[in-house]
Order: sequence, then C-alpha cells, then structure tokens
Amino acid sequence: MSDTPVIELCNVDKSFGPIDVLHEISLKVKAGEVLCLLGDNGAGKSTLIKTLAGVHAPTRGEVLVDGKSVKLSGPKDAQKRGIATVHQFGGTYPLMSVGRNFFMGEEPTKGFGPFKVFDRKKANRVAVEEVQKMGITRITDGDRLVGGLSGGERQSLAIARAVYFGARVLILDEPTAALGVKQAAHVLRIVNEAKKRGLAVIFITHQVMHAMTVGDHFAVLIRGAIAADFRKGERSREEITDLMAGGQNMAGLEASIEGYMETHNGHPPKVTTA
Amino acid sequence: MDIMTIIRRPAAASVISLIGVLLFYVIFGGVDLGQLFGAASWINYAARIGIVALPVALLMVSGEIDISIGAMIPAGAMTTAIIAGHYELPMIFAILGALSIGALVGLFNGILAVRTTVPTLIITLGTLVAMQGIVLAGSKLLTGGASVPLTAPTWAKSIFGDFIWGGSHQVVIIWWLILTAIFWFIMHRSKYGNWIFAIGGDKVSARNAGIPVDRLTILMFIGTATGASFVGMCHAILFNSAQVSGGMNDIFNIIVSVVVGGVLLTGGFGSIVGVFVGTLTFAIVIKGIDFTSIDRNWANLIIGVMLLIAVGMSESFRKKAMSAPLKKKKG
Repeated sequence: MSDTPVIELCNVDKSFGPIDVLHEISLKVKAGEVLCLLGDNGAGKSTLIKTLAGVHAPTRGEVLVDGKSVKLSGPKDAQKRGIATVHQFGGTYPLMSVGRNFFMGEEPTKGFGPFKVFDRKKANRVAVEEVQKMGITRITDGDRLVGGLSGGERQSLAIARAVYFGARVLILDEPTAALGVKQAAHVLRIVNEAKKRGLAVIFITHQVMHAMTVGDHFAVLIRGAIAADFRKGERSREEITDLMAGGQNMAGLEASIEGYMETHNGHPPKVTTA
Repeated sequence: MDIMTIIRRPAAASVISLIGVLLFYVIFGGVDLGQLFGAASWINYAARIGIVALPVALLMVSGEIDISIGAMIPAGAMTTAIIAGHYELPMIFAILGALSIGALVGLFNGILAVRTTVPTLIITLGTLVAMQGIVLAGSKLLTGGASVPLTAPTWAKSIFGDFIWGGSHQVVIIWWLILTAIFWFIMHRSKYGNWIFAIGGDKVSARNAGIPVDRLTILMFIGTATGASFVGMCHAILFNSAQVSGGMNDIFNIIVSVVVGGVLLTGGFGSIVGVFVGTLTFAIVIKGIDFTSIDRNWANLIIGVMLLIAVGMSESFRKKAMSAPLKKKKG
C-alpha cells in the first residue's frame, strides 16, 4: 500500500453563518486503515461526514484525495472519486428486493434503445454473491424484500453495495448505533472485511467498545474540534469515554453504577427526586 | 411460485376485490355475466379514469399525490373546445393546447413540490381550486358561456373520440390499453420504475444513490396533469362539446381505483397490473350495478367497503412481505 492517505482533511473549518461548527479539523486515512471518529451528540460528527461526502464545502481549509487538493462539488462528485457514505439506516428500501436494493441507481440492463430491461436475474445473482462474500450467508434469495432482513443485515448489504461499486473510502455513520450485540458484531466483521480489502474506512460512533474492536486510529471530536488523536493501544477505554464526555469523569460514574448493580442484584441505583 | 408469494404481490388485493364484486353481483344481483362483459358503459368509464389512474399510481408509489387532476379534465376539454370550437382554429392547435395546459400545470405542481416542503395534497388542492376558477372565468370571458360546442375533423375523431368495433365502445379504451402496457414497462421493467419505488421508499437515500429525485417528481406531476387534460380532450372530441362542470368526482374515483389496486398511500409499494384491475373493479361496481337487480344507490356502499378491505389487505400484505420467512431454503 502506498503511504499517501486516500483522503485527508487539512485545517478544515465549517461555519453556517455566524455559527462555527467545525474548527481546524485535520485528519487522514490510508488504504486498509480504519479511522474511528468518536464524539458525543452535537460534537459536529454529522457536519464532518457531510463535508467528507461532498454535501458541504468547507469554509476554510482543504480536502485532499490521493494527496491532491480537490473541491467536491456534491455527493455525486464524491461518489465518483470513490467516497461512499453509508448512513445509519443504510440507504436501503424495505419494500424492495435485495437485488433491486443492491443495484439502486446503477441498474444492470439488457436489451437496447428504449427497451432496456432491468436484468433481475443478474442483479439478484450478483447481489447475493457479493453479500455472501462479505460474510452474510443468511441472504440466499435476491428476490427477498429488504424489510424482512435484520438491521445488521441491511447495514451489511449497504456496505457490500458500496464496496462492489468501487468505493475506496467508506464513511460509516453510526452503523452500530441501533443494533443489538450480535448484529453489531456482524457489522464490525464487515468493517474488518472492508479493511482487509484495502479500503480506507471512517467509522463514526459513540460506542467506544465498537470503535476499539476495529479501529487503527482514533480521533475524538468535541464541540467541533479534534480533542485527541491517537493510535490503537495508546489510550484505555476509560480514558476515551472521559474524553468524549468532555473531560468529565464519565468512566468513574460508569464504574460506580456497575459496582452498585453488582451488589444490588443487577438493579440500577434508584434516582432520588428532591 | 407458491400461494404465499402470489398473495404477497401488490395486485392481489385488487384481483380478490374484482372476483368478490363479480360473485356478489352474480349471487345477489342476478347479473348476466355475458351481458355485463359485452356492455360498453363500464369499459368506457374504466378507460376514462384508467388513463389518469396510471400516472397517478406512479406518483403515489413515489409518495406524492395530485388532486388537481379533478380540474384538469374539464380544463383539457374546455381548452380543446375553445380553440377548435369557439375560435375555429385547426384541431391540431386544440390538441397541442390541451396537452400543453396539462404539462404547464403539472410543471407548476412539480416545481412547487420539489422546492417547498408543503405536502403535495395541499399544493395540488391549491392548483385544483385555482384551475377551476381559471377554467370557469376564462371560458366565460372568452366565449361568454360555460358550455362550448365544437366539430372535430374525421382524423381527430377516429384517433381520440370515436366508437370502435361498430358499437358503443370508445376509442379511448385502446389508448388505455396501450398506456397500461407502456406504464407497466416503465414501472416494472425499466430502471426508472426502480427509481420511483426508491423515491417512495426513502427519498433521502434515493437522492444519495444519485437518483434525479426532483426531475422525476416534476415529470410525474406533468404526467398526471397531462393525462387528465388528455382525457378531457378526448371527451370533448367525442361528444362535440365541453362543459365547465364535472371532474370533481373523478378525483376520488381515480384515487380510489389506485388504492383498490394495491398502491400504498405512504408510497413505495404498488403495481400497474393492480391499478389496472383496480380500475376495472371500480368501473364494474359503479356502472355494472345497472345490470343487476340491486338499487344503484348501493354502489357507493360497495365502493366504501371495497376501499377499506383493499387498504387493510395491502397493509397486511406489506407486513407479510416485510417478514418473509428466513429459512425458505435449507442450507
């Protein structure tokens, strides 16, 4: 792998009118690397994602793709350069089949002229193959409606789709937030798979455990600025949690709640109202 | 294909409704099916609402609605009659005029729909009332009346407003069949259909996937309004006159046909075959009741019940479709 980052932000500021949302953000991701972007709600994660995905243009600073400064004119432009964003609910359509979902916007057709027909068989075959390659073996029928899949499977379908269509940078926006333990593990496995294939992954989350499972590199975002930037193994889970909460002793609080629950048959502490 | 996969199709509700209505008419109404199927009245009616129901179905699958069609049917008819009848200009101008007024109003609706966040029910309610005003005041102003006669040349008659098969079937039936085939192709075989379903399923994701959501939405609004003005134009050519009144009932009849046809009001689900059968069913209930011994005033009750059953069925089908069995095939 070359050492040039696939995508890099250099001193990026973003403000909406008088409100500064992002302040001097610099980060870079290389191929085959997972950057975890941690931050509490309102830390500016969404704005940062949208800047990376070409939705917002940075107010100051520059975006570099393969080391070259670029101006992303919109989400489509970003996609053309191989930057794919998978949002929390995966960009999947519950009432449509797996095959149709997989090829949405990039439909394979057969025939010619005005009689181009959606090639359902091919779409279904490729979709099932690609999803299985990513490790989701439960999807065997391309005609099945996506609404019948679990949240993790839907998320995985969306990731497999982005990988198939040549994404080099994968931006995952809270992919595990609404998922159960097993489902989240599923998605994390797919993230690892994408990394193995040499994609640069930006993984946005506020679940420190999930981040630590897959991340190589971590950045903590607080009030629009990067508060900490470190590599795998340099910080403990408790330290990261504290950082995300803005320096408060969150880990201590968590530990005390856990301790209480252990001594009180798993009941959380009672909240006393004044 | 087993029975469950068939029953999960969006058209299932309308086929069951159709069979139910026919059985009801045969058992309780003593209808002669041969006579019913030979009759033109309900097929003519089905074609009239069906031509508009097709583009409306597309729009509803994408999650929007257009009720201005109610004003666009008389608008198309009046435009035709005023240009060809009152001003005695060549018929081709009348046809182009009627279609372009449809396209213009559709464009207007579509642009408002994509530029604002106002629900399209409200936007098109606005254009519905406004167009009613324009048509009434405009024809009073231009012709001094609310009813305009016209004489159409033979070629226009035979293409848009004639009787076929030597009887009382109208030529619009053929238009309806051709348009159904075209819309079926667009909806279920071309990629554009895929996109329309996606817009109805999740508009934001569709936009992220690079689908031209706004352009398609505007085109679909042009389709509904133009479809309606086309029907009005055919009517004026067929009956050699146009009146300002009429058209209000059509809004509900068309939307009911689409819903009975299994299209979800929330978008993202439906089929052209379903809408075709839904329109047939609706027309048989409304016009076919004349062939039974049942008092025709009961027709609305049947429509109401049918609508509720259809909505209930599509809802439960949708739920079933979403929870398809996980272990369909072992291994």
